[in-house]
Amino acid sequence: MDGGILAESQVETLRHAARELRLRTIANSSKTGTPHLGSCLSCMDLLVFLYWQVLKIDPANPRAPTRDRFILSKGHAAPALFQVLAEKGFYPRSWLDNYGENGSIFAEHPPAPSHLAGIEAATGSLGHGLPLGLGMALASRINKLDYNVYAVLSDGECNEGSNWEAALLAAAQKVSNLTIFIDYNKWQATGRSNEVLGLAPLADKWRAFGWRTEEIDGHDFTAMARVLAEGKGDERPKAVIAHTVKGKGVSFMEDDNNWHYRIPTEEEVRKSAQELGLEVVS
Amino acid sequence: MRNAFADEVRKLATEDQRVVLLSGDIGNRLFDGLRGDNPAQFMNCGVAEANMMGVAAGMALCGLRPVVYTITPFTTTRCYEQIRVDVAYHEAPVIIVGTGAGLAYAELGATHHSLEDLAILRCLPGMQVFAPTDANDLRGTLRAAIKSDRPTYIRIGKKGEKPYFTEVPEVAIGKFRVLKPGARIALLVAGTLIHEAAAAAEAITAQTGITCELVSAACIKPLDEAYLADAARRFEVLVTVEEHGVTGGLGAAVTEFVSGQPYRPLIVRIGTPDAFMHDLGTQEWARTQFGLDAEGIAKKVLTAIKAPN
Repeated sequence: MDGGILAESQVETLRHAARELRLRTIANSSKTGTPHLGSCLSCMDLLVFLYWQVLKIDPANPRAPTRDRFILSKGHAAPALFQVLAEKGFYPRSWLDNYGENGSIFAEHPPAPSHLAGIEAATGSLGHGLPLGLGMALASRINKLDYNVYAVLSDGECNEGSNWEAALLAAAQKVSNLTIFIDYNKWQATGRSNEVLGLAPLADKWRAFGWRTEEIDGHDFTAMARVLAEGKGDERPKAVIAHTVKGKGVSFMEDDNNWHYRIPTEEEVRKSAQELGLEVVS
Repeated sequence: MRNAFADEVRKLATEDQRVVLLSGDIGNRLFDGLRGDNPAQFMNCGVAEANMMGVAAGMALCGLRPVVYTITPFTTTRCYEQIRVDVAYHEAPVIIVGTGAGLAYAELGATHHSLEDLAILRCLPGMQVFAPTDANDLRGTLRAAIKSDRPTYIRIGKKGEKPYFTEVPEVAIGKFRVLKPGARIALLVAGTLIHEAAAAAEAITAQTGITCELVSAACIKPLDEAYLADAARRFEVLVTVEEHGVTGGLGAAVTEFVSGQPYRPLIVRIGTPDAFMHDLGTQEWARTQFGLDAEGIAKKVLTAIKAPN
């Protein structure tokens, strides 16, 4: 990534990785009965972009003090993150074989950081990732270490007041090394996120709270790269409102909120693979 | 106690660059010394305690040793979810300090009283819980807590508490402190009621001839099980004294432990009842209303030991 511009080959690498990881997540959901598939698919492109292009992390030294921190604040998309971390080498993919079994570390939400390399925060209860990430970003100043903190929040998660408390402090403290992506798929568990609570206009809210705020297509890797590059040097914390599609990548899951909880059948996994242009993995 | 707190944190911040004080928009001028010496190690997080607790946990996970400070209900019940998830579940070495605990803010009404904090903090896995006796005990407790690298809750008074310790005591985590040995009755005291309890002990001795053992039970968790196992055998009566509800606090912790022992001392739990206080007054007055003054404590003990078992 040069000056915020991705080469076409880089974009294709990201697309391929995202397709693969989507299918693995779908297959895993079917095999293990793990829900929140729609939420996983809507943020998969964001995760792939961050882990492939942005985060300065070394799976061989996952607790290095200078590493960038990533927090999946919408912890219910952990099935996607678990696939990403395995692919990036934080642990062998074979570890995922016991996913969802009694005694497994892999279930519906990220475990405590001390229990799994690559995890920075045990999210799952919404509205925790941003305050935790803000603390990590502030710590870099006090510790005089140069790193960035990134978090992915869901739109429904913005219901939680703790986010807005954190937004106020981050603005007051000019926490420039903190960037959040809001996976704005327009759904939350039981309804449209703009109807359950008055979420819209979401970008205006973050702007009003003093954050550098941009809106992008949350499935467009070039837009992600551009928006991060443009924000460099701005002393404000950054919010990227990523417009996404819940269930992205599989036509019969897209924008259908039943896939917040539904588990795909084997046949649906096969159809998903077809649409993604991939072979079903075991 | 809050002045001693500010002074000790100032010293700690100079000695240890990892120490950071997070304040919930409280302590006007109280932390000027710390802010002057080490401005990077102080942050006013505003009236936003849920975020403050999460920020503290995030800092702790990056190697810092944050101390979170505001009035007790706002640093406990207000942000309990954040304490449970961000601090306890992550085993983040955050020190949570509640000032004006118990009835120290009696005149401000029940919004500012804290008679439940020990109960809800001590049931969190891995959380250390302290109610120091006086300002010097608080200084020692802060040092022990930072050294422990464990999540810790410390409830303190406000100002003007009568000192008990003439110098900073060495605080051993998980240990009670016998202040005065005795026989048949032991008074286990959490927090600043120590003088009331000491006077009550004298009154009991005067009336009955029984010498009471006076014990500072400032470390409520981890509980001093070794002392209690021995005390359950040695004493006929264990009295717990705390400016906290009788539900869930020191008295409950002692009762839970002793119930599993082969001895059956009478346990007298002295604290506040299952009620909010609606009438306002000074802390001293409020204590008398709940029988937490020396006379009230002595009366409860004498009544209990006279009652047929």
